[in-house]
Amino acid sequence: MTLRRRILAALARRPALGTATLLAPGGLWLVLFFVVPMLLMLGASVMQRGTYGGVEPGFTLEHYRRFLDPLYLQVLWRTIVWAALATVACLLLGFPVAWVIAASRRHRSLLLFLVVLPFWTSFLVRTFAMIFLLRDTGVINSALLALGVIREPIALLYTPFAVLSGLVYGFLPFMVLPIYASLEKLDPALLEAAEVLGARPLERLARVAIPLARPGIIAGSLLVFVPAMGSFLTSDLLGGAKQVMIGNLVQNQFTTARNWPFGAAASFGVMAVVLVAVMVSLRLRDRDPGRVR
Amino acid sequence: MKPAPKWLLAIAGIVYLLLHLPVLVLVLFSFNASRYSVSWSGFTFDWYRALAARGDLWRGLRASLTVGLVSTLVATCSGTLIALVLARRRFTGRRVLEGLVFLPLVTPEILVGISLLVLFVLAGLPLGLGTITIAHIAFNISFVVVVVRARLDGIDPHLEEAALILGADEITAFRTVTLPALWPGIIAGALLAFTMSFDDYVITSLVSGAGSSTLPMVVYGMVRRNVEPTVNAISTIILLGTSLLIYGADRLARAR
Repeated sequence: MTLRRRILAALARRPALGTATLLAPGGLWLVLFFVVPMLLMLGASVMQRGTYGGVEPGFTLEHYRRFLDPLYLQVLWRTIVWAALATVACLLLGFPVAWVIAASRRHRSLLLFLVVLPFWTSFLVRTFAMIFLLRDTGVINSALLALGVIREPIALLYTPFAVLSGLVYGFLPFMVLPIYASLEKLDPALLEAAEVLGARPLERLARVAIPLARPGIIAGSLLVFVPAMGSFLTSDLLGGAKQVMIGNLVQNQFTTARNWPFGAAASFGVMAVVLVAVMVSLRLRDRDPGRVR
Repeated sequence: MKPAPKWLLAIAGIVYLLLHLPVLVLVLFSFNASRYSVSWSGFTFDWYRALAARGDLWRGLRASLTVGLVSTLVATCSGTLIALVLARRRFTGRRVLEGLVFLPLVTPEILVGISLLVLFVLAGLPLGLGTITIAHIAFNISFVVVVVRARLDGIDPHLEEAALILGADEITAFRTVTLPALWPGIIAGALLAFTMSFDDYVITSLVSGAGSSTLPMVVYGMVRRNVEPTVNAISTIILLGTSLLIYGADRLARAR
Protein backbone atom coordinates (compact mmCIF):
# COMPACT_ATOMS: atom_id res chain seq x y z
CA MET A 1 0.00 0.00 0.00
CA THR A 2 2.80 2.43 0.78
CA LEU A 3 4.52 1.68 -2.52
CA ARG A 4 1.29 2.34 -4.33
CA ARG A 5 0.85 5.62 -2.47
CA ARG A 6 4.41 6.61 -3.21
CA ILE A 7 3.93 5.92 -6.94
CA LEU A 8 0.73 7.92 -7.01
CA ALA A 9 2.39 10.79 -5.17
CA ALA A 10 5.28 10.80 -7.64
CA LEU A 11 2.84 10.83 -10.55
CA ALA A 12 0.83 13.64 -8.96
CA ARG A 13 3.98 15.76 -8.74
CA ARG A 14 4.95 15.06 -12.34
CA PRO A 15 1.89 14.28 -14.49
CA ALA A 16 4.01 14.27 -17.65
CA LEU A 17 5.85 11.23 -16.33
CA GLY A 18 2.57 9.33 -16.04
CA THR A 19 1.53 10.33 -19.54
CA ALA A 20 4.87 9.21 -20.94
CA THR A 21 4.70 5.87 -19.11
CA LEU A 22 1.24 5.12 -20.48
CA LEU A 23 2.26 6.03 -24.01
CA ALA A 24 5.64 4.32 -24.02
CA PRO A 25 4.77 0.74 -25.07
CA GLY A 26 2.43 1.53 -27.97
CA GLY A 27 4.16 4.74 -29.01
CA LEU A 28 7.61 3.17 -29.12
CA TRP A 29 6.24 0.20 -31.05
CA LEU A 30 4.73 2.50 -33.68
CA VAL A 31 7.94 4.52 -33.96
CA LEU A 32 10.13 1.43 -34.17
CA PHE A 33 7.94 -0.61 -36.50
CA PHE A 34 6.23 2.05 -38.58
CA VAL A 35 8.21 5.30 -38.66
CA VAL A 36 11.71 3.79 -38.70
CA PRO A 37 10.91 1.31 -41.52
CA MET A 38 9.46 4.15 -43.62
CA LEU A 39 12.63 6.19 -43.08
CA LEU A 40 14.76 3.17 -43.99
CA MET A 41 12.78 2.85 -47.22
CA LEU A 42 13.40 6.50 -47.97
CA GLY A 43 17.10 5.85 -47.40
CA ALA A 44 17.08 2.68 -49.51
CA SER A 45 15.47 4.50 -52.42
CA VAL A 46 18.53 6.72 -52.89
CA MET A 47 21.18 4.02 -52.40
CA GLN A 48 22.91 1.57 -54.72
CA ARG A 49 21.33 -1.75 -55.52
CA GLY A 50 22.79 -4.84 -53.82
CA THR A 51 23.51 -7.82 -56.03
CA TYR A 52 21.36 -10.27 -54.08
CA GLY A 53 18.71 -7.88 -52.86
CA GLY A 54 19.39 -5.38 -50.13
CA VAL A 55 21.28 -2.14 -50.65
CA GLU A 56 24.86 -0.95 -50.88
CA PRO A 57 26.23 2.43 -49.81
CA GLY A 58 26.42 5.28 -52.31
CA PHE A 59 23.94 8.07 -53.01
CA THR A 60 22.05 8.01 -56.30
CA LEU A 61 18.81 9.32 -57.78
CA GLU A 62 19.01 6.74 -60.56
CA HIS A 63 16.03 4.74 -59.22
CA TYR A 64 13.69 7.71 -59.29
CA ARG A 65 14.90 8.56 -62.79
CA ARG A 66 14.23 4.98 -63.85
CA PHE A 67 10.73 5.19 -62.39
CA LEU A 68 10.02 8.09 -64.77
CA ASP A 69 10.49 5.72 -67.70
CA PRO A 70 7.21 5.52 -69.72
CA LEU A 71 7.06 1.77 -69.01
CA TYR A 72 6.68 2.36 -65.27
CA LEU A 73 4.76 5.61 -65.50
CA GLN A 74 2.20 3.69 -67.50
CA VAL A 75 1.73 1.28 -64.58
CA LEU A 76 1.39 4.21 -62.18
CA TRP A 77 -1.08 5.95 -64.49
CA ARG A 78 -3.13 2.75 -64.90
CA THR A 79 -3.25 2.39 -61.11
CA ILE A 80 -4.41 6.00 -60.68
CA VAL A 81 -7.11 5.60 -63.36
CA TRP A 82 -8.41 2.35 -61.91
CA ALA A 83 -8.39 3.66 -58.36
CA ALA A 84 -10.29 6.76 -59.53
CA LEU A 85 -12.81 4.68 -61.51
CA ALA A 86 -13.33 2.39 -58.51
CA THR A 87 -13.90 5.46 -56.33
CA VAL A 88 -16.52 6.89 -58.69
CA ALA A 89 -18.27 3.51 -58.99
CA CYS A 90 -18.29 3.11 -55.20
CA LEU A 91 -19.75 6.60 -54.86
CA LEU A 92 -22.55 5.91 -57.36
CA LEU A 93 -23.41 2.58 -55.72
CA GLY A 94 -22.73 3.63 -52.14
CA PHE A 95 -24.68 6.89 -51.94
CA PRO A 96 -28.12 5.27 -52.48
CA VAL A 97 -27.29 2.62 -49.89
CA ALA A 98 -26.18 5.22 -47.35
CA TRP A 99 -29.37 7.19 -48.01
CA VAL A 100 -31.59 4.15 -47.54
CA ILE A 101 -29.87 3.29 -44.25
CA ALA A 102 -30.17 6.86 -42.97
CA ALA A 103 -33.85 7.02 -43.98
CA SER A 104 -34.72 3.67 -42.46
CA ARG A 105 -36.09 3.61 -38.92
CA ARG A 106 -36.84 0.02 -38.06
CA HIS A 107 -34.08 -1.86 -39.87
CA ARG A 108 -31.24 0.60 -39.51
CA SER A 109 -28.90 -1.53 -37.39
CA LEU A 110 -29.49 -4.62 -39.53
CA LEU A 111 -28.79 -2.67 -42.74
CA LEU A 112 -25.64 -1.21 -41.19
CA PHE A 113 -24.48 -4.61 -40.03
CA LEU A 114 -24.95 -5.99 -43.55
CA VAL A 115 -22.65 -3.26 -44.87
CA VAL A 116 -20.04 -3.77 -42.16
CA LEU A 117 -19.99 -7.57 -42.40
CA PRO A 118 -18.18 -7.89 -45.75
CA PHE A 119 -15.77 -5.18 -44.57
CA TRP A 120 -14.57 -7.58 -41.89
CA THR A 121 -14.78 -10.86 -43.76
CA SER A 122 -11.56 -12.05 -45.27
CA PHE A 123 -10.46 -9.99 -48.27
CA LEU A 124 -8.80 -13.10 -49.69
CA VAL A 125 -12.02 -15.11 -49.45
CA ARG A 126 -13.99 -12.32 -51.10
CA THR A 127 -11.46 -12.08 -53.92
CA PHE A 128 -11.75 -15.83 -54.40
CA ALA A 129 -15.53 -15.40 -54.56
CA MET A 130 -15.00 -13.05 -57.51
CA ILE A 131 -12.78 -15.62 -59.23
CA PHE A 132 -15.46 -18.23 -58.66
CA LEU A 133 -18.00 -15.99 -60.39
CA LEU A 134 -15.84 -14.70 -63.24
CA ARG A 135 -13.62 -17.54 -64.45
CA ASP A 136 -14.34 -19.38 -67.70
CA THR A 137 -15.94 -22.28 -65.86
CA GLY A 138 -17.39 -19.87 -63.29
CA VAL A 139 -20.94 -19.16 -62.24
CA ILE A 140 -21.63 -16.32 -64.69
CA ASN A 141 -20.25 -18.07 -67.76
CA SER A 142 -21.94 -21.36 -66.84
CA ALA A 143 -25.27 -19.62 -66.37
CA LEU A 144 -25.00 -17.74 -69.68
CA LEU A 145 -24.00 -20.94 -71.50
CA ALA A 146 -26.87 -22.87 -69.94
CA LEU A 147 -29.32 -20.15 -70.93
CA GLY A 148 -27.98 -20.17 -74.47
CA VAL A 149 -27.02 -16.49 -74.42
CA ILE A 150 -23.43 -17.31 -75.43
CA ARG A 151 -21.83 -20.29 -77.17
CA GLU A 152 -18.30 -19.89 -75.83
CA PRO A 153 -17.33 -18.66 -72.38
CA ILE A 154 -16.50 -14.95 -72.47
CA ALA A 155 -13.22 -13.87 -70.90
CA LEU A 156 -14.14 -12.08 -67.67
CA LEU A 157 -11.30 -13.05 -65.38
CA TYR A 158 -7.85 -11.49 -65.99
CA THR A 159 -9.40 -8.38 -67.55
CA PRO A 160 -9.52 -4.75 -66.38
CA PHE A 161 -13.22 -5.38 -65.73
CA ALA A 162 -12.36 -8.12 -63.25
CA VAL A 163 -9.88 -5.91 -61.38
CA LEU A 164 -12.33 -2.99 -61.23
CA SER A 165 -15.13 -5.24 -59.99
CA GLY A 166 -12.79 -6.61 -57.36
CA LEU A 167 -11.79 -3.13 -56.20
CA VAL A 168 -15.40 -1.94 -55.99
CA TYR A 169 -16.52 -5.12 -54.28
CA GLY A 170 -13.63 -4.90 -51.83
CA PHE A 171 -13.87 -1.25 -50.84
CA LEU A 172 -17.57 -0.33 -51.13
CA PRO A 173 -18.18 -0.44 -47.34
CA PHE A 174 -15.51 2.27 -46.89
CA MET A 175 -17.67 4.57 -49.01
CA VAL A 176 -21.04 3.77 -47.46
CA LEU A 177 -20.13 4.26 -43.79
CA PRO A 178 -18.83 7.87 -43.87
CA ILE A 179 -21.63 9.01 -46.20
CA TYR A 180 -24.18 7.40 -43.89
CA ALA A 181 -22.56 9.16 -40.93
CA SER A 182 -23.02 12.58 -42.52
CA LEU A 183 -26.49 11.87 -43.92
CA GLU A 184 -27.63 10.75 -40.48
CA LYS A 185 -26.84 14.23 -39.14
CA LEU A 186 -28.70 15.95 -41.98
CA ASP A 187 -31.68 17.87 -40.68
CA PRO A 188 -34.75 16.55 -42.57
CA ALA A 189 -36.41 19.95 -42.14
CA LEU A 190 -33.95 21.35 -44.69
CA LEU A 191 -35.12 18.88 -47.33
CA GLU A 192 -38.74 19.63 -46.49
CA ALA A 193 -38.06 23.36 -46.75
CA ALA A 194 -36.55 22.86 -50.20
CA GLU A 195 -39.60 20.84 -51.20
CA VAL A 196 -42.01 23.51 -49.92
CA LEU A 197 -40.04 26.12 -51.84
CA GLY A 198 -40.64 24.15 -55.02
CA ALA A 199 -37.39 22.22 -55.56
CA ARG A 200 -37.82 19.03 -57.55
CA PRO A 201 -36.38 15.76 -56.15
CA LEU A 202 -33.16 15.94 -58.18
CA GLU A 203 -32.70 19.59 -57.25
CA ARG A 204 -33.14 18.75 -53.57
CA LEU A 205 -30.51 16.06 -53.98
CA ALA A 206 -28.02 18.19 -55.90
CA ARG A 207 -28.43 21.46 -53.99
CA VAL A 208 -29.27 20.37 -50.46
CA ALA A 209 -28.42 16.75 -49.69
CA ILE A 210 -25.15 16.34 -51.58
CA PRO A 211 -23.58 19.62 -50.37
CA LEU A 212 -24.50 18.74 -46.78
CA ALA A 213 -23.19 15.18 -47.16
CA ARG A 214 -19.95 16.51 -48.64
CA PRO A 215 -17.70 15.67 -45.67
CA GLY A 216 -18.87 12.05 -45.85
CA ILE A 217 -18.48 11.88 -49.62
CA ILE A 218 -14.94 13.26 -49.41
CA ALA A 219 -13.92 10.97 -46.54
CA GLY A 220 -15.43 7.94 -48.29
CA SER A 221 -13.70 8.76 -51.59
CA LEU A 222 -10.37 9.02 -49.81
CA LEU A 223 -10.94 5.74 -47.95
CA VAL A 224 -11.61 3.97 -51.26
CA PHE A 225 -8.95 5.70 -53.36
CA VAL A 226 -6.03 5.16 -50.98
CA PRO A 227 -6.25 1.38 -50.51
CA ALA A 228 -7.14 1.01 -54.21
CA MET A 229 -3.89 2.85 -55.07
CA GLY A 230 -1.93 0.37 -52.99
CA SER A 231 -3.94 -2.70 -53.87
CA PHE A 232 -1.99 -5.83 -54.48
CA LEU A 233 -4.16 -8.88 -53.94
CA THR A 234 -6.97 -7.78 -56.27
CA SER A 235 -4.79 -7.20 -59.32
CA ASP A 236 -2.62 -10.19 -58.43
CA LEU A 237 -5.50 -12.68 -58.38
CA LEU A 238 -8.04 -11.07 -60.74
CA GLY A 239 -5.78 -9.20 -63.15
CA GLY A 240 -3.30 -11.80 -64.27
CA ALA A 241 0.02 -10.86 -65.84
CA LYS A 242 -1.23 -8.05 -68.10
CA GLN A 243 -3.11 -5.94 -65.56
CA VAL A 244 -0.21 -5.10 -63.26
CA MET A 245 -0.80 -2.33 -60.73
CA ILE A 246 1.86 -0.40 -58.89
CA GLY A 247 1.50 -2.59 -55.78
CA ASN A 248 2.44 -5.66 -57.80
CA LEU A 249 5.42 -3.82 -59.28
CA VAL A 250 6.67 -2.91 -55.79
CA GLN A 251 6.17 -6.43 -54.44
CA ASN A 252 7.98 -7.90 -57.43
CA GLN A 253 11.02 -5.65 -56.91
CA PHE A 254 11.40 -6.87 -53.35
CA THR A 255 10.82 -10.56 -54.04
CA THR A 256 11.62 -11.82 -57.55
CA ALA A 257 13.54 -8.94 -59.14
CA ARG A 258 15.57 -8.20 -55.97
CA ASN A 259 15.97 -4.53 -56.77
CA TRP A 260 15.19 -2.97 -53.38
CA PRO A 261 16.11 0.65 -54.15
CA PHE A 262 13.92 0.72 -57.24
CA GLY A 263 11.06 -0.92 -55.33
CA ALA A 264 11.46 1.70 -52.60
CA ALA A 265 11.46 4.52 -55.16
CA ALA A 266 8.28 3.10 -56.75
CA SER A 267 6.71 2.93 -53.26
CA PHE A 268 7.30 6.63 -52.80
CA GLY A 269 5.65 7.14 -56.18
CA VAL A 270 2.52 5.59 -54.62
CA MET A 271 2.98 7.63 -51.45
CA ALA A 272 3.24 10.85 -53.48
CA VAL A 273 -0.10 10.16 -55.19
CA VAL A 274 -1.69 9.23 -51.84
CA LEU A 275 -0.41 12.44 -50.22
CA VAL A 276 -1.74 14.56 -53.09
CA ALA A 277 -5.12 12.83 -52.71
CA VAL A 278 -5.15 13.51 -48.95
CA MET A 279 -4.26 17.18 -49.47
CA VAL A 280 -6.86 17.68 -52.19
CA SER A 281 -9.52 16.10 -50.00
CA LEU A 282 -8.58 18.30 -47.03
CA ARG A 283 -8.80 21.40 -49.24
CA LEU A 284 -12.20 20.33 -50.55
CA ARG A 285 -13.44 19.59 -47.04
CA ASP A 286 -12.36 22.90 -45.60
CA ARG A 287 -13.85 24.99 -48.37
CA ASP A 288 -16.76 27.04 -47.08
CA PRO A 289 -19.70 24.64 -47.07
CA GLY A 290 -22.22 27.49 -46.82
CA ARG A 291 -21.54 28.67 -50.34
CA VAL A 292 -23.81 26.52 -52.43
CA ARG A 293 -24.47 27.48 -55.99
CA MET B 1 -35.64 11.84 -42.85
CA LYS B 2 -38.57 10.76 -45.01
CA PRO B 3 -38.76 7.09 -46.04
CA ALA B 4 -36.63 6.47 -49.13
CA PRO B 5 -38.55 6.34 -52.44
CA LYS B 6 -39.11 2.96 -54.10
CA TRP B 7 -36.55 3.38 -56.88
CA LEU B 8 -33.85 4.22 -54.35
CA LEU B 9 -34.75 1.13 -52.33
CA ALA B 10 -34.45 -0.90 -55.53
CA ILE B 11 -30.93 0.40 -56.24
CA ALA B 12 -29.86 -0.21 -52.65
CA GLY B 13 -31.36 -3.69 -52.83
CA ILE B 14 -29.29 -4.50 -55.91
CA VAL B 15 -26.13 -3.19 -54.24
CA TYR B 16 -26.80 -5.32 -51.15
CA LEU B 17 -27.27 -8.30 -53.44
CA LEU B 18 -23.96 -7.59 -55.22
CA LEU B 19 -22.28 -7.25 -51.84
CA HIS B 20 -23.42 -10.60 -50.49
CA LEU B 21 -24.29 -12.82 -53.44
CA PRO B 22 -20.71 -13.74 -54.45
CA VAL B 23 -19.93 -15.03 -50.97
CA LEU B 24 -23.27 -16.85 -50.66
CA VAL B 25 -22.67 -18.57 -54.00
CA LEU B 26 -19.21 -19.55 -52.80
CA VAL B 27 -20.66 -21.08 -49.64
CA LEU B 28 -23.42 -22.88 -51.55
CA PHE B 29 -20.96 -24.58 -53.90
CA SER B 30 -18.82 -25.82 -51.05
CA PHE B 31 -21.59 -28.45 -50.67
CA ASN B 32 -21.73 -29.31 -54.39
CA ALA B 33 -20.78 -32.88 -55.29
CA SER B 34 -19.37 -32.01 -58.71
CA ARG B 35 -15.65 -31.35 -58.73
CA TYR B 36 -15.22 -29.38 -61.95
CA SER B 37 -18.48 -27.84 -63.04
CA VAL B 38 -20.65 -25.34 -61.23
CA SER B 39 -23.82 -27.18 -62.15
CA TRP B 40 -25.47 -28.60 -59.08
CA SER B 41 -24.99 -32.34 -58.83
CA GLY B 42 -25.97 -33.22 -55.31
CA PHE B 43 -25.18 -32.34 -51.72
CA THR B 44 -21.93 -33.46 -50.14
CA PHE B 45 -19.63 -32.89 -47.17
CA ASP B 46 -16.70 -34.42 -49.09
CA TRP B 47 -14.79 -31.16 -49.45
CA TYR B 48 -14.92 -30.55 -45.72
CA ARG B 49 -13.69 -34.08 -45.11
CA ALA B 50 -10.86 -33.46 -47.57
CA LEU B 51 -9.79 -30.41 -45.54
CA ALA B 52 -9.23 -32.47 -42.40
CA ALA B 53 -6.56 -34.49 -44.18
CA ARG B 54 -4.50 -31.45 -45.18
CA GLY B 55 -1.64 -30.99 -42.74
CA ASP B 56 -0.61 -27.61 -44.18
CA LEU B 57 -4.01 -26.15 -43.34
CA TRP B 58 -3.81 -27.31 -39.73
CA ARG B 59 -0.27 -25.96 -39.38
CA GLY B 60 -1.41 -22.68 -40.96
CA LEU B 61 -4.36 -22.49 -38.59
CA ARG B 62 -2.10 -23.04 -35.59
CA ALA B 63 0.33 -20.35 -36.80
CA SER B 64 -2.55 -17.91 -37.38
CA LEU B 65 -4.05 -18.55 -33.96
CA THR B 66 -0.68 -18.09 -32.23
CA VAL B 67 0.13 -14.86 -34.07
CA GLY B 68 -3.45 -13.65 -33.66
CA LEU B 69 -3.60 -14.22 -29.90
CA VAL B 70 -0.18 -12.75 -29.09
CA SER B 71 -0.55 -9.72 -31.35
CA THR B 72 -4.08 -9.07 -30.10
CA LEU B 73 -2.99 -9.20 -26.47
CA VAL B 74 -0.05 -6.82 -26.92
CA ALA B 75 -1.88 -4.45 -29.27
CA THR B 76 -4.98 -4.30 -27.07
CA CYS B 77 -3.01 -3.44 -23.90
CA SER B 78 -0.77 -0.81 -25.48
CA GLY B 79 -3.54 0.56 -27.70
CA THR B 80 -5.93 0.98 -24.78
CA LEU B 81 -3.30 2.97 -22.87
CA ILE B 82 -2.82 5.30 -25.84
CA ALA B 83 -6.59 5.73 -26.20
CA LEU B 84 -6.89 6.62 -22.49
CA VAL B 85 -4.18 9.24 -22.73
CA LEU B 86 -5.57 10.73 -25.96
CA ALA B 87 -9.08 10.95 -24.53
CA ARG B 88 -8.28 12.23 -21.04
CA ARG B 89 -5.05 14.21 -21.03
CA ARG B 90 -3.76 17.39 -22.60
CA PHE B 91 -0.05 17.38 -23.37
CA THR B 92 2.45 18.66 -25.90
CA GLY B 93 2.94 16.40 -28.89
CA ARG B 94 -0.68 15.29 -28.82
CA ARG B 95 -1.17 16.10 -32.51
CA VAL B 96 2.00 14.19 -33.38
CA LEU B 97 0.73 11.15 -31.49
CA GLU B 98 -2.65 11.35 -33.22
CA GLY B 99 -0.85 11.43 -36.57
CA LEU B 100 1.31 8.49 -35.53
CA VAL B 101 -1.81 6.45 -34.74
CA PHE B 102 -3.69 7.63 -37.83
CA LEU B 103 -0.95 7.14 -40.44
CA PRO B 104 -0.78 3.31 -40.38
CA LEU B 105 -4.52 3.25 -41.09
CA VAL B 106 -4.15 5.18 -44.35
CA THR B 107 -0.85 3.73 -45.56
CA PRO B 108 -1.31 1.05 -48.23
CA GLU B 109 -0.67 -2.38 -46.75
CA ILE B 110 1.91 -3.27 -49.33
CA LEU B 111 4.10 -0.33 -48.22
CA VAL B 112 3.78 -1.26 -44.55
CA GLY B 113 4.82 -4.82 -45.37
CA ILE B 114 7.73 -3.87 -47.63
CA SER B 115 9.14 -1.32 -45.20
CA LEU B 116 9.01 -3.83 -42.33
CA LEU B 117 10.76 -6.38 -44.54
CA VAL B 118 13.55 -3.86 -45.14
CA LEU B 119 13.85 -3.24 -41.39
CA PHE B 120 13.92 -6.93 -40.46
CA VAL B 121 16.48 -7.85 -43.08
CA LEU B 122 18.76 -4.90 -42.27
CA ALA B 123 18.45 -5.63 -38.53
CA GLY B 124 19.29 -9.27 -39.20
CA LEU B 125 16.10 -10.62 -37.61
CA PRO B 126 15.26 -14.09 -38.93
CA LEU B 127 11.92 -13.97 -40.79
CA GLY B 128 9.23 -16.18 -39.28
CA LEU B 129 6.35 -16.18 -36.83
CA GLY B 130 8.22 -13.65 -34.66
CA THR B 131 8.48 -11.03 -37.39
CA ILE B 132 4.87 -11.71 -38.43
CA THR B 133 3.74 -11.09 -34.85
CA ILE B 134 5.73 -7.84 -34.61
CA ALA B 135 4.14 -6.61 -37.85
CA HIS B 136 0.63 -7.54 -36.71
CA ILE B 137 1.04 -5.74 -33.40
CA ALA B 138 2.16 -2.64 -35.32
CA PHE B 139 -0.93 -2.45 -37.53
CA ASN B 140 -3.34 -3.57 -34.79
CA ILE B 141 -2.43 -0.85 -32.26
CA SER B 142 -4.10 1.83 -34.40
CA PHE B 143 -7.31 -0.20 -34.76
CA VAL B 144 -7.54 -0.75 -31.00
CA VAL B 145 -6.95 2.95 -30.30
CA VAL B 146 -9.77 3.97 -32.66
CA VAL B 147 -12.30 1.51 -31.20
CA VAL B 148 -11.45 2.07 -27.52
CA ARG B 149 -11.37 5.82 -27.93
CA ALA B 150 -14.82 5.82 -29.51
CA ARG B 151 -16.10 4.04 -26.40
CA LEU B 152 -14.20 6.40 -24.06
CA ASP B 153 -15.76 9.44 -25.69
CA GLY B 154 -19.13 8.12 -24.56
CA ILE B 155 -18.07 7.81 -20.91
CA ASP B 156 -18.59 10.89 -18.76
CA PRO B 157 -15.23 11.91 -17.20
CA HIS B 158 -17.13 13.46 -14.30
CA LEU B 159 -17.89 9.97 -12.98
CA GLU B 160 -14.23 9.33 -12.34
CA GLU B 161 -13.82 12.80 -10.85
CA ALA B 162 -16.73 12.08 -8.53
CA ALA B 163 -14.99 8.92 -7.34
CA LEU B 164 -11.82 10.93 -6.66
CA ILE B 165 -13.75 13.53 -4.69
CA LEU B 166 -15.40 10.77 -2.67
CA GLY B 167 -11.95 9.64 -1.58
CA ALA B 168 -10.85 6.94 -4.02
CA ASP B 169 -7.25 7.17 -5.23
CA GLU B 170 -6.58 7.28 -9.00
CA ILE B 171 -6.03 3.54 -9.37
CA THR B 172 -9.20 2.62 -7.48
CA ALA B 173 -11.23 5.23 -9.37
CA PHE B 174 -10.02 3.87 -12.72
CA ARG B 175 -10.52 0.24 -11.74
CA THR B 176 -14.00 0.59 -10.26
CA VAL B 177 -15.50 3.37 -12.39
CA THR B 178 -13.90 3.83 -15.82
CA LEU B 179 -12.68 0.30 -16.53
CA PRO B 180 -16.04 -1.48 -16.11
CA ALA B 181 -17.67 1.02 -18.48
CA LEU B 182 -14.77 0.74 -20.91
CA TRP B 183 -14.60 -3.05 -20.90
CA PRO B 184 -16.96 -3.68 -23.87
CA GLY B 185 -14.86 -1.28 -25.96
CA ILE B 186 -11.65 -3.07 -25.05
CA ILE B 187 -13.11 -6.48 -25.89
CA ALA B 188 -14.54 -5.13 -29.16
CA GLY B 189 -11.13 -3.67 -30.05
CA ALA B 190 -9.46 -6.99 -29.23
CA LEU B 191 -11.89 -9.00 -31.36
CA LEU B 192 -11.40 -6.66 -34.32
CA ALA B 193 -7.63 -6.79 -33.89
CA PHE B 194 -7.76 -10.58 -33.84
CA THR B 195 -9.85 -10.61 -37.02
CA MET B 196 -7.45 -8.24 -38.79
CA SER B 197 -4.52 -10.41 -37.78
CA PHE B 198 -6.27 -13.65 -38.68
CA ASP B 199 -7.22 -12.31 -42.14
CA ASP B 200 -4.09 -10.52 -43.19
CA TYR B 201 -2.29 -11.82 -46.23
CA VAL B 202 -0.35 -8.96 -47.84
CA ILE B 203 1.80 -7.83 -44.91
CA THR B 204 2.15 -11.35 -43.53
CA SER B 205 3.41 -12.85 -46.77
CA LEU B 206 6.10 -10.17 -47.06
CA VAL B 207 7.57 -10.59 -43.57
CA SER B 208 7.28 -14.37 -43.30
CA GLY B 209 10.19 -16.66 -43.92
CA ALA B 210 10.13 -20.07 -45.55
CA GLY B 211 8.20 -22.59 -43.51
CA SER B 212 6.12 -20.14 -41.50
CA SER B 213 2.84 -20.01 -43.38
CA THR B 214 -0.27 -18.63 -41.74
CA LEU B 215 -3.75 -19.81 -42.77
CA PRO B 216 -4.36 -17.02 -45.33
CA MET B 217 -0.99 -17.84 -46.94
CA VAL B 218 -1.98 -21.50 -47.33
CA VAL B 219 -5.38 -20.46 -48.70
CA TYR B 220 -3.70 -18.05 -51.14
CA GLY B 221 -1.60 -20.94 -52.43
CA MET B 222 -4.77 -22.99 -52.90
CA VAL B 223 -6.56 -20.16 -54.72
CA ARG B 224 -3.52 -19.69 -56.96
CA ARG B 225 -3.47 -23.35 -57.91
CA ASN B 226 -7.27 -23.45 -58.04
CA VAL B 227 -7.67 -26.54 -55.97
CA GLU B 228 -11.21 -27.75 -56.45
CA PRO B 229 -14.10 -26.97 -54.15
CA THR B 230 -11.93 -27.50 -51.05
CA VAL B 231 -11.13 -23.77 -51.34
CA ASN B 232 -14.87 -23.11 -51.09
CA ALA B 233 -15.02 -25.28 -47.99
CA ILE B 234 -12.13 -23.59 -46.18
CA SER B 235 -13.48 -20.18 -47.22
CA THR B 236 -16.85 -21.07 -45.72
CA ILE B 237 -15.26 -22.06 -42.42
CA ILE B 238 -13.19 -18.84 -42.31
CA LEU B 239 -16.30 -16.78 -43.11
CA LEU B 240 -18.28 -18.48 -40.38
CA GLY B 241 -15.53 -17.94 -37.82
CA THR B 242 -14.92 -14.27 -38.59
CA SER B 243 -18.65 -13.51 -38.84
CA LEU B 244 -19.17 -14.87 -35.34
CA LEU B 245 -16.25 -12.82 -34.00
CA ILE B 246 -17.49 -9.65 -35.67
CA TYR B 247 -21.04 -10.22 -34.55
CA GLY B 248 -19.73 -10.52 -31.00
CA ALA B 249 -17.63 -7.37 -31.35
CA ASP B 250 -20.60 -5.48 -32.76
CA ARG B 251 -22.88 -6.52 -29.91
CA LEU B 252 -20.25 -5.58 -27.32
CA ALA B 253 -19.48 -2.22 -28.90
CA ARG B 254 -23.16 -1.29 -28.61
CA ALA B 255 -23.62 -2.73 -25.11
CA ARG B 256 -24.72 -0.18 -22.54
